[in-house]
Amino acid sequence: MANRRDFIKISLYGAGAMAAGAGGYKLIKAISSGEAGKKLVVDLKRTPTYCEVCFWKCAGWVYKNSEGKIWKIVGNDEDQHCNGRFCPRGTGGVGMFYDEDRLKTPLIRVEERGKQVFRKASWDEALDYIATRMKEISVKYGPESMALFTHGSGSGYFTTLFKSFGSANIAEPSYAQCRGPRDEAFLATFGEEAYSPEITDIRDTRCLVLIGSHIGENMHNGQVQEMSDAIDKGATIITVDPRFSTAAGKSKFWLPVKPATDLALLLTWIHEIVYNDLYDKKYVEKYCTGFYKLKEHVKDFTPEWAYGITTIKPDIIRKTAKEMGDAAPAVIVHPGRHVTWYGDDTQRIRAIAILNALLGSWGRRGGFYRPSKFSLPSYSLPPFKAPAKSWTDLFPGKYSIASSPVSNVLIDASIPENNPGYPIKGWIVNGTNLINTIPDQANTLKAIQYLDLLVAVDTMPMEITGWADVILPECTYLERYDVLRASPHRKPAIALRMPATDPMYDSKPGYWIARELSKRLILQNYFPFEKQQELLDWQLKKTGSSLEEMQRIGVKTFEREVDDLYFSEDEQVGFSTDSGKIELYSAYFEGAGFDPLPKYIPHDEPAEGFYRLIYGRAPMHTFSRTSNNPNLTDLMDENSVWINPVVAKEWGLKTDQYIWLKNQDNIISDFPVKVRVTERIRWDSIYMVHGFGHKDKLLTRAFGRGVSDTQLITNVLVDPLMGGTGMRSNFVTFLTEKEVQEVAS
Amino acid sequence: MRYAMAVDTRKCVGCSDCVVACQTENNVPIGFCRDWVIEVMDGTYPQLEMEIRSERCNHCANAPCVRCCPTGASRIEEGGIVAVEHNVCIGCGACIASCPYDARYPHPAGYVDKCTFCIHRIRNGMTPACVDVCPTKCLYFGDLDDRNSDITAVLKRRKSKTLIPEAGTDPHLYFLK
Repeated sequence: MANRRDFIKISLYGAGAMAAGAGGYKLIKAISSGEAGKKLVVDLKRTPTYCEVCFWKCAGWVYKNSEGKIWKIVGNDEDQHCNGRFCPRGTGGVGMFYDEDRLKTPLIRVEERGKQVFRKASWDEALDYIATRMKEISVKYGPESMALFTHGSGSGYFTTLFKSFGSANIAEPSYAQCRGPRDEAFLATFGEEAYSPEITDIRDTRCLVLIGSHIGENMHNGQVQEMSDAIDKGATIITVDPRFSTAAGKSKFWLPVKPATDLALLLTWIHEIVYNDLYDKKYVEKYCTGFYKLKEHVKDFTPEWAYGITTIKPDIIRKTAKEMGDAAPAVIVHPGRHVTWYGDDTQRIRAIAILNALLGSWGRRGGFYRPSKFSLPSYSLPPFKAPAKSWTDLFPGKYSIASSPVSNVLIDASIPENNPGYPIKGWIVNGTNLINTIPDQANTLKAIQYLDLLVAVDTMPMEITGWADVILPECTYLERYDVLRASPHRKPAIALRMPATDPMYDSKPGYWIARELSKRLILQNYFPFEKQQELLDWQLKKTGSSLEEMQRIGVKTFEREVDDLYFSEDEQVGFSTDSGKIELYSAYFEGAGFDPLPKYIPHDEPAEGFYRLIYGRAPMHTFSRTSNNPNLTDLMDENSVWINPVVAKEWGLKTDQYIWLKNQDNIISDFPVKVRVTERIRWDSIYMVHGFGHKDKLLTRAFGRGVSDTQLITNVLVDPLMGGTGMRSNFVTFLTEKEVQEVAS
Repeated sequence: MRYAMAVDTRKCVGCSDCVVACQTENNVPIGFCRDWVIEVMDGTYPQLEMEIRSERCNHCANAPCVRCCPTGASRIEEGGIVAVEHNVCIGCGACIASCPYDARYPHPAGYVDKCTFCIHRIRNGMTPACVDVCPTKCLYFGDLDDRNSDITAVLKRRKSKTLIPEAGTDPHLYFLK
């Protein structure tokens, strides 16, 4: 089929708009000696914010210099997420604001002389265009044929817009591409998820077990801080990872597990803990159900059985199980966060949940604390019309335990030949670069060709914007008000984000964008406040604070109503599961047709000359969204491919040499990547940091730098329980420059 | 008064927050830095050890950069802080060549720049920006002459080392093992 929608490099900006951006960042003179230094500290105005560089949302202060320009961002001492200390990405958040490659004006796709180009548009024109197309789709197919893909603080505004429009097809890739299996596994076991920030009581733990979780490379700030506190206090860290991660470097035990066999190790740990009486008998008796079925189930999963599968020696498995048992209940088998690996992820995380239950760590000091969340006053809105069809009607019976819409399902339903229950015809994509977020890029690009409308709301010209019909430039978090942050934590708290400066260029806050669209769809009753700050002031006054007070303090922490951070000695705890108990054996999964207890199933292994592609994070980057940030690219401007020295020798590869990667489906990386020969990786795997290899030339610092792991992830193992996209079953081999040229010719 | 810094290599995760906080605090131009992170690996798979260090000027008591500076721009300030007076520096680079720790860089504006332990912050009762921001709290800063300071306590409690002690520079940047 002919391309209805070509990828457009946004080259037709008004030249004026570009010029306006270039002069934005003037460095004030560096001061190395004392006298002038004093001046920097006085006369500084600070405004509160919470960070949007990642989902941890640390609260801090934005300082301006004597010229009134944004200078630096530092943590708010009162904030539980960061304790006054931002991570490198938050500190480098200034680069998001000053990035001269930002989207600067609304753009509309038009055809000129047979070629598709973006034309600069006014906001009115762009919003009218979107509203008209949305109405057309609604009339022709029904409002539920519009889908929203969203990430970040602005999600709520577009969610309200969609619900009032009549569509509940609202998906966050953070579910099916990231933490979804974890949430479902914990819900099934404890009746509660692991939350964000995670309710792991790391600061008081005696034993922290990380299954592929690379705290310290993922800079989930509070967790990194607490891991450091735990190291100070002499806690044991056990790291299970095919790579010698930073956390592994701090661990008493590093278990370099064979990839895709984690579940076998977990089942064996359960076996050891059950059969060696290392579990918390009183806790299990009181709170859990299904223990004897579990005991029978794990009977044969001995350390010797696991050795042949995981390559971890039996005595190490025994020692580490004992270590956990001795530390219990102050032990955390960490639930992880990005856990969509092999398609049996919900079951793997179930094994983690079961381990925690056996060790009695849920609800205990040094295990998992009970979170408390500030409940924000809500204002009354007209009732939302129940959507005629939901996302579960797209492919009935699939992913029946998913509690949130699955992004990849909405994408699949945009392709007519998949015979969805009804078609998805329009997307609004807010703050998520779907091309680098959803694996199997060819499938996403195919779906895009069938759409009647694709709108991208972003701050940067990410790959997804090149496929949009309309691009709406959002201002950065430093230039806008947003919802109050009221995340669960040890104490309930709220945090304010307010603009440190007016929006640069012709960019607008998400709230304004959603509300303007609502007006055009005659849905403005759902946005009763003209401006975000009016809503905030109304909410804050209801809680006995005010916008003025929050502008001064940034964060307000409240005491818990009840002193119940941990279970008390004789507490009768009711769990939100069907049985009201912690379900070691999941009757819920069984009823839905899935294994009530996790089973190890072997996965594919790399063919001769191929290596499993493992990806992860660098502490100075968040996904692909920071890879053009001037401050953060200064720390790391490309990824590299980690190769074990034995493998490198076999291939004649040297550190710093550039090579191309080819995967099992003959996909060759668009760009070359630097080799890093290191002992820190197994010989059956390679590793790279996610988020590089951008293809949009408008990202002047990120374009062509390194390799996109997403491009090489074409074999996707979908979790049958909840639709998560397992991405770690892809295998790559190496091509040197010469060979690539030969292939090309 | 004798200022010093200690880096806990057991806690440092090498996130480089110290680098970016220094860059923004001190308006260090993109492409340059006053502090940086080093990762040292030892062993072969799977018997591995890793040390991560946040490094910067060692504020040496016997500082070769100060001795070799032809204009007197490089000098020792209160508490032994080695600093450069930008207006007096001619950018000759002798100090860069003399520093065994490679702690100095030529600023594009024509002078040599380096870590000052954020002297402008210390004078206002604050700690250096890198210490203040570090998420792992692996950086300790203070006065070695003050018996009650954090740094005195941590250096007493823990084993530590300095870098290139054989250079005889009497460095004041310690690494806790």
